[in-house]
Amino acid sequence: MKIDDLFKLLKKYNIEELEGVRIEGDIEIEIEPGTGILPIIQALAQELGMAAYHLARASKILGFPVEQLFGAELKPEMEKRLEKKEELPRELVKAEFKPYKSEFPGKINEVTLGATPKEGGTRKYTITVGGERSLPFYLFDSEQPHLPVITVDVFDKPVPFPKAVREHYEDVMDNPAEWARKVVKDFGADMVTIHLVSTDPLLDDTPIHEAVKTVEEVLQAVKCPIVVGGSGNKEKDPPLLEKVAEVAEGERVLLASATLDTDWERIANAAKKYNQVVLAWTQLDINSQKTLNRYLLKKAGLSPNSLVMDPTTAPLGYGIDYAFSNMERIRLAALKGDADLAFPISSGTTNAWGAREAWMKESPISGDTSWGPRELRGPLWEILTGLTLALAGVDIFMMLHPASVAVLKDVISMLGGKSKESIDKDWLVVA
Amino acid sequence: MKAKSPLDIYKLLPQTNCGECGFDTCMSFAAHLLDRSAKPTQCKPLVEQAKKDEKAKKKLQQIEELVAPEIAEVVIGTGDYAVKIGGEDVLHRHELTFFNPTAFFYDIPDTLDDKEIDERCSKVVEYRKFYVGKFLTIEGMAVRCASGDAKRFREVVKKVAGYGRPMILVSLDPKCIRSALEVVADKRPLIYAATEDNWREFLKLALEFKVPVTLRSKDLNTLKSLAVTFRNAGVKDIVLDPITEPLGEGLRGTFERVIQLRRTAINGDKDVAYPIMVTPISAWVIEGDDVAKAYWECVIGAIFIVKYADVMIFKSLEPWTIMPLVILRQNIYTDPRVPVQVEPGLRKIGNPDENSPVMITTNFALTYYTVESDLTSAKIDCWLLVLDTGGICVEAAVAGGQFNASGVKELMKQTGIEEKVKHRYLIIPGLAARLKGAIEDETGWKVLVGPIDSGRIKGWLEQNWPPKNGD
Repeated sequence: MKIDDLFKLLKKYNIEELEGVRIEGDIEIEIEPGTGILPIIQALAQELGMAAYHLARASKILGFPVEQLFGAELKPEMEKRLEKKEELPRELVKAEFKPYKSEFPGKINEVTLGATPKEGGTRKYTITVGGERSLPFYLFDSEQPHLPVITVDVFDKPVPFPKAVREHYEDVMDNPAEWARKVVKDFGADMVTIHLVSTDPLLDDTPIHEAVKTVEEVLQAVKCPIVVGGSGNKEKDPPLLEKVAEVAEGERVLLASATLDTDWERIANAAKKYNQVVLAWTQLDINSQKTLNRYLLKKAGLSPNSLVMDPTTAPLGYGIDYAFSNMERIRLAALKGDADLAFPISSGTTNAWGAREAWMKESPISGDTSWGPRELRGPLWEILTGLTLALAGVDIFMMLHPASVAVLKDVISMLGGKSKESIDKDWLVVA
Repeated sequence: MKAKSPLDIYKLLPQTNCGECGFDTCMSFAAHLLDRSAKPTQCKPLVEQAKKDEKAKKKLQQIEELVAPEIAEVVIGTGDYAVKIGGEDVLHRHELTFFNPTAFFYDIPDTLDDKEIDERCSKVVEYRKFYVGKFLTIEGMAVRCASGDAKRFREVVKKVAGYGRPMILVSLDPKCIRSALEVVADKRPLIYAATEDNWREFLKLALEFKVPVTLRSKDLNTLKSLAVTFRNAGVKDIVLDPITEPLGEGLRGTFERVIQLRRTAINGDKDVAYPIMVTPISAWVIEGDDVAKAYWECVIGAIFIVKYADVMIFKSLEPWTIMPLVILRQNIYTDPRVPVQVEPGLRKIGNPDENSPVMITTNFALTYYTVESDLTSAKIDCWLLVLDTGGICVEAAVAGGQFNASGVKELMKQTGIEEKVKHRYLIIPGLAARLKGAIEDETGWKVLVGPIDSGRIKGWLEQNWPPKNGD
């Protein structure tokens, strides 16, 4: 997609439309069960972790005092020269820039999602993520065999979306198969996530055998690899995902999610038996992620090529600093050789829509400059949430708004070196 | 910084443990200097001694050099609004913290008429976004000589200077820059930019007017050569612009240049250890409508807020592009070592009396300040109980058990809220709805479940307060 096309996806903002009668509905936000809008959890633990880190650093250094010499002689000399008012140089001092190069011993495991008929599934193509040997888009350190991909959310029942999102999905909300077709065909999704939210005992409590029919319909409707999410109910998700694994046997579906407080073993066993992939979800804590990964790999015996991590996406303005640093630390640890963390990362970027700045009509705070039309700031909130975390190492983005999907895809392809276009015009002449 | 251990610094301190710096021991002070949470001048005995004694003066100087950041710090502007850029020590914020947030400057081309110039300048100086207890703002103006006319440029620069904010003077023509500097050099603007072609004149300007200067080249060898030449000639305040290309392979190349500059500098190449400029305004050379360009400008801004830009020039002054960028900048530059909590307890919002509503929230700073400012903005008089959840937000604290009925009871007891109001109604956040029964059992108060977002509290109160009988 060209950037020029972007505007087509952002419906023109129209004041009258904003003053509709559905204000209550307008400002209601779907909290995606299972991922949740989760600003900060374990902020305290994180703080303690930081403190420990600094302590360790200090004591390590104390043990090995390094005598540092410093070039104090350089400065006075420079000042002397200034005083003398030397003539201006006539030529540039020729200096060569020698870029620093990072090499890491570790490599992120490659995980393939989806399976073609030849491989035991029914997908038309597969998607492989992972394989990095450097920080994201640091192509000057090492090539990046697989660029990040985007999977777009589909729900198995109509959900109350913010206005800017709703207008793109209103026509397909009753029909998950149509919905899935639309996000692939019209919005360029690489993959589709079907969230079985209706299984939530507090919502429709759809029985498991019924809910999995939707999965079969979606598999029929689209030929791309898929992700299947539960409702976030700790008791019901494991048997639900087990059944999903069974009906989608051989398809290499990403099952979302195994957590430390669910029956992760049951999900992992189902994935092994029916050849699926497990998403391991923890909440903003590198150590919990390591623990859960170890359980899944060592105790449940999951293959390292069948594990993806979701270390939690706190959105822009609501803890993205924790999400970013947590992911960056996980990725750096993996590259430095920690095999327990060397897996592709998934991000629930849709959480961005939980930020009031993304959906609220106007700032409730007196003294704020007007926030501007939410039709424009909403997608931007999702883009910046995704983009920031892309730079920490995310491989799979779970997203919602078509404009956000399109823009993030463009950025990924450009930073990933896939776009050859270029523009040779200086901003100094901008009108 | 050069110091690798507190011992490097400790050796140079008085070692008397006098405590005047605010820390118990000289060793502790040294450790704080090492993580940049203290400044050498806090050692008052050494500062005093340095005034009289050459040896002490040298020691203080040595300490200053030992703790100087890897990347040079450059100040643009003067007075209250002066902005400091650079001064970074690490490549990843979790290793320590990032220090000086990327400074945002907004394009003012001198081809606009005076009214348009005033409009744009007012937008810059008036921009405010409330976030975690304070208003975020943007820094200054980049006045650009688009007319090619030195006289007009000087006029506009003078006018913009009247707004009192830091400025960047933009023109590759040294004559235009000189004309402007003659009237605003004392405001310490950053001049933009010296290139391979005009560097000699710009060097002269930087030395003559003592202003910081931007060096500009896509070729990093040339950029480094410029930096070495300027430094050798006595210019200390340098900013590097490796040129921002907005699209495709050009954008990828920009990403590489910026990262290589910073990474190589942090790893020891002092010749390029200067603040980096990125110009998201480059997005405006792309063909397309204004919304698409503003979106792309925002994307470029975001990439380089996360990755190492110290100063930026933007065109869009639309609040929907500024807001996500000021928040991203705030988040990335937040010190990960500082807790994000406020004091638990009871707060008076407005002028509450014995009939005013009582509400409860958590002590997570972002939640607390959001709720507090929503209540204040809506002019609601009420009592706000702040529960200690260890700095965790409502939703997570309910799930994690830090927000629980006995904690609420304890807080109500400690704060004596029972004596302050006649009624017995407690309004809890919508996200804590499931605790309603437990809190009622524990406290004997009637619990009302408020809205999920405190931005909607006003409408909610109109419907639900005062509580109806039997409620």
